[in-house]
Amino acid sequence: MTAEAGLTAPPGVGVDDKVVVASDLTRRYGEGDTAVDALRGVSLHVDRGKLVAVMGPSGSGKSTLMHALAGLDKPTSGTVRIAGIEITGLDDARLTSLRREHIGFVFQFFNLLPMLTAEENVVLPLSIAGESPDREWLGELLSRTGLGDRSRHLPSQLSGGEQQRVAIARALVTRPTVVFADEPTGNLDSKTGAEILELLRGSVEQYGQTIVMVTHEPRAASVAERIMFLADGLIVKELTDTNAGEVLEVMSAIQS
Amino acid sequence: MSRVALKGLLGRRTRALLTAIAIVLGVAMVSGTYILTDTIKAAFSTVFTRAYKNADAVVTGKSAVGTDSNNAGAAVPRTLPASLLTRIRALPQVALAAGAISDTAGLIGHDGKVISRGGAPNLAFSHTAAGARFSPLTLSAGRYPTRPHEIAIDAETASKQNFAIGQQIGVVARGPVQRFEIVGTVNFGGVSSLGGATIAIFSLPTARRIFHKQGQLDQINVAARHGVSPEQLVHTIRPLLPPNSQVKTGRAEAQQQTKDTSGFLNIFQDFLLAFGGIALFVGSFVIANTLSITIAQRTRELATLRTLGASRRQVLRSVMLEALIIGLLASVTGLFLGLALAKGLNSLLVSFGIDLPQTGLVFATRTVVVSLIVGVGITLLAALRPALRATRVPPIAAVREGAVLPPSRFARFGEPAAIATIVGALALMLVALFVSGLSTTARLLGVGIGALALFLGVAMLAPRLVPPLGRLLGWPAGRFGGGAGKLARSNATRNPGRTASTAAALMIGLALVTFVGVLAAGLKTRFESTVSQEFVSDYAVTATNNFAPISVASENALRHVPGVLVVSGVRAGDGKAFGSRMHVTGVAPNVSRVIAVNWQTGSRLTPALLGTEGAIVSKDYASANHLRAGAPLAVQTPTGAMLHLAVRGIASPPKGAISPFGDVTISTTRFDSAYQNPQNLYTLINMRGGVTTANTRTLQRALSGFPDAKVQTIAQFEKNQEQGLNLLLNLLYVLLSLSILVSLFGIVNTLVLTVFERTRELGMLRAVGMSRRQVRRMIRQESVITALLGAAFGIPLGIVLAVMVGAAIKYTAFTVPVGTLVVFVIAAVIAGLIAAIFPARRAGRLNVLEALQYE
Repeated sequence: MTAEAGLTAPPGVGVDDKVVVASDLTRRYGEGDTAVDALRGVSLHVDRGKLVAVMGPSGSGKSTLMHALAGLDKPTSGTVRIAGIEITGLDDARLTSLRREHIGFVFQFFNLLPMLTAEENVVLPLSIAGESPDREWLGELLSRTGLGDRSRHLPSQLSGGEQQRVAIARALVTRPTVVFADEPTGNLDSKTGAEILELLRGSVEQYGQTIVMVTHEPRAASVAERIMFLADGLIVKELTDTNAGEVLEVMSAIQS
Repeated sequence: MSRVALKGLLGRRTRALLTAIAIVLGVAMVSGTYILTDTIKAAFSTVFTRAYKNADAVVTGKSAVGTDSNNAGAAVPRTLPASLLTRIRALPQVALAAGAISDTAGLIGHDGKVISRGGAPNLAFSHTAAGARFSPLTLSAGRYPTRPHEIAIDAETASKQNFAIGQQIGVVARGPVQRFEIVGTVNFGGVSSLGGATIAIFSLPTARRIFHKQGQLDQINVAARHGVSPEQLVHTIRPLLPPNSQVKTGRAEAQQQTKDTSGFLNIFQDFLLAFGGIALFVGSFVIANTLSITIAQRTRELATLRTLGASRRQVLRSVMLEALIIGLLASVTGLFLGLALAKGLNSLLVSFGIDLPQTGLVFATRTVVVSLIVGVGITLLAALRPALRATRVPPIAAVREGAVLPPSRFARFGEPAAIATIVGALALMLVALFVSGLSTTARLLGVGIGALALFLGVAMLAPRLVPPLGRLLGWPAGRFGGGAGKLARSNATRNPGRTASTAAALMIGLALVTFVGVLAAGLKTRFESTVSQEFVSDYAVTATNNFAPISVASENALRHVPGVLVVSGVRAGDGKAFGSRMHVTGVAPNVSRVIAVNWQTGSRLTPALLGTEGAIVSKDYASANHLRAGAPLAVQTPTGAMLHLAVRGIASPPKGAISPFGDVTISTTRFDSAYQNPQNLYTLINMRGGVTTANTRTLQRALSGFPDAKVQTIAQFEKNQEQGLNLLLNLLYVLLSLSILVSLFGIVNTLVLTVFERTRELGMLRAVGMSRRQVRRMIRQESVITALLGAAFGIPLGIVLAVMVGAAIKYTAFTVPVGTLVVFVIAAVIAGLIAAIFPARRAGRLNVLEALQYE
């Protein structure tokens, strides 16, 4: 399968280190009196090679923000650029190519295909795009995620943590411009969750991967270099290089 | 990506299997039909090729009014004068020529009845030393008959009926039973079975005596001298021929006869294929529904694939690939199942009285190609809509709990489109049925396509009707089924689209069964009123199989029996007038005492005054040809003779009845002089004292020498005449049950998928105290409600179809067979219960803990 539409950034934009740029995003659900504004004008940017966390209590609009940033949902107004490409107006075919080249996903519920082995799940994005995997890179990923000896197992034979590691390897295999992680530890116990966070952090440090993570857990957010706090559809605070304690304080301040 | 589809298919093996069954049965019917009809055709071809293998030229008589008559007793062609053989033998180009008699004669079994199986012919041939070279028969034991009271019979009949050489056997032909000594048995080379036919061989003089063909021959086989081609031989013989006879090369004659039977077999083949087509049509509903459900259940998986970069086209392709594999596996399975089905179909036909010759099974390339193309094609077509829906799964569904498929783009046009389809379908059918000047093929095609479109339209509308109807039909379950019943009732209507297409599959089968049942009831009503109004005699004598002609000798045997007041035979034959074929009836002067008709011109005295020139014409025939009383009428008989007649009477059947007479009716006196070997369609009798046991016994005794004749009271006659209709009706029911079976698999499929989908919910129900039994009952009742929905759609639809078609054909009166329809509803309930067995067991066996953890 070849890419349906070639997507190259306009000249001079790709060199920009801001790989995700959102400006003035709003998202309204429903109409009239029952309308709900999930996003009320959010602007942000994510630098290349950084791990950025979006935090907020439930209902703050953080999931909506991530869906808009990743091109899963169309904002009511505002724009999103990924790798310099304006994505808000793209048709389905172009969005598909964008996902192949620039985006990786890690889900709360792993979303592995149950009939494929761990390794087959990892290389799935490549086979969908009709590319063959770089054996060296695949080996590196499998050993880095600690799946070397479990690569022929089916998801049902793997623990939750192992499944999420497969999902991370799958997100990294195409070396996307940005990985969106949606509550990656939300369905795991705290010890396993910590291992997963370490893996995400490590991929930023070792491979220079850019990651945007949505979470409501302060401990998870604290591994990020930058944390944006969302409340009622607006970014209310930003922290850099912080710790769980400080995050917890901010969160309680927001929620009160 | 294709690996995802393949592995996915392997992971859902049960579902794939259940889906495939929907197509397997239809394909098996198609392939089985081809195998069976090809086999029969090959057998006929072998029979005819063998029959003329050594004949370079074949001379036969020819009917002056055309062949392929469906009027029993009229198909006997003209004979040839024996002198023709002498003249042919005298030709220098001829090496050998032999004449033969071929006719029909019944062999009497040890039970005193004519040996007859499956409506197959009772053949009789003459044997001569000169003709041996041309004979397709080989002696299996003993010798050929040479003396007046000797006979040889086919080995199959001899062994099946326990006759041995040296034993006596009765033969009935053109008169009372005659006894013959069996001196030999014969085989027909090349075929394993002649399909119920019996063969009797006599010496030529004996055959001539039995069949009243003194100085005549039915056929002359000729072998050419060395160096003379068959074509040259035919050319030399042709000038010698009398009128109404023909000469052909042996090969041409074999081909002609093969072609004649092929015509019949092709109709038969199309008839059976239609049922395969119906089963496939129903199967396509099942496949479309199953795939829709599977895709709805895989929404999350498909959305994940989209987030990983899969394009819509890839999603479409993966679903279609899955369908392709299912279709291919199902078609191959169906193709081979067809081999078994061909045998089954043959036994079915034999049990319904259609027995045809057999050879080894013929498995033609065309069978393989058509089966695979049809099976795979239908599967792909049915998969298209679900596959297109799958492409509409948005990537964001990957992150949403309980995401559902977006409604189809056309959903909002659903209702108007459904109504438009229904109206269009009805209009098409009305045009096909009632607009004059259309060919039969066009009419059948129009009605067929219209019916398919009607089913589609109703199926499209069904989702709207399911909630109210389901609540109504589920009322007993909700009222008396306890908590499980209430849940079953709401489960049946909670996904109306799904329930609707499941029920729609059953609807088709039930609609067709109802259609056939209602139409048959109408035909019967019409028939009953015909017999009760027209046949005013006490007794009727017909052939034992109710439709074959019987000898005039049997009529004569009744004439002087004490107590008999009236004996009136009705003859039937073909004729030609105004340039086209028509039916001729011969009646006795006393016919008005046994048959009542309405006289438009003439009176009940007219038959007695017909003489040799008079004719009675039916009202329809008179108006079609502008005939009035006194009008001259020229009718040509099969022998080529011209009957110059004058119209003396115009008769019409009583209201609601079918005419007892053909287009033109003449006196038996004239009929017997104009037709060779005249035979009776039936003989009607009035007795002193009417119908009594003693009278019945008297008549039976009088006819004891005629085992092919059957004495019946007029009430029995009516019943027996209906028997053929009942047989056909049952055959249709059996063939239609195939498509009902397919729809049952559809119900099983939907229920299994539903149980799978509701695993967590079922676990919860068990956790809050529902017993296994209650779970099973809940599934069973949901199944019954679905089946009843199928009946609620199908039965009225079937009645509508029957009313439309019934209005177009005149031999029916509209009657609703309430009893039969009640049986269909009960059958639908039972079908629902059967379909639920497997899914209910599955649901009952769920482990509560695992079910709750199920994700």
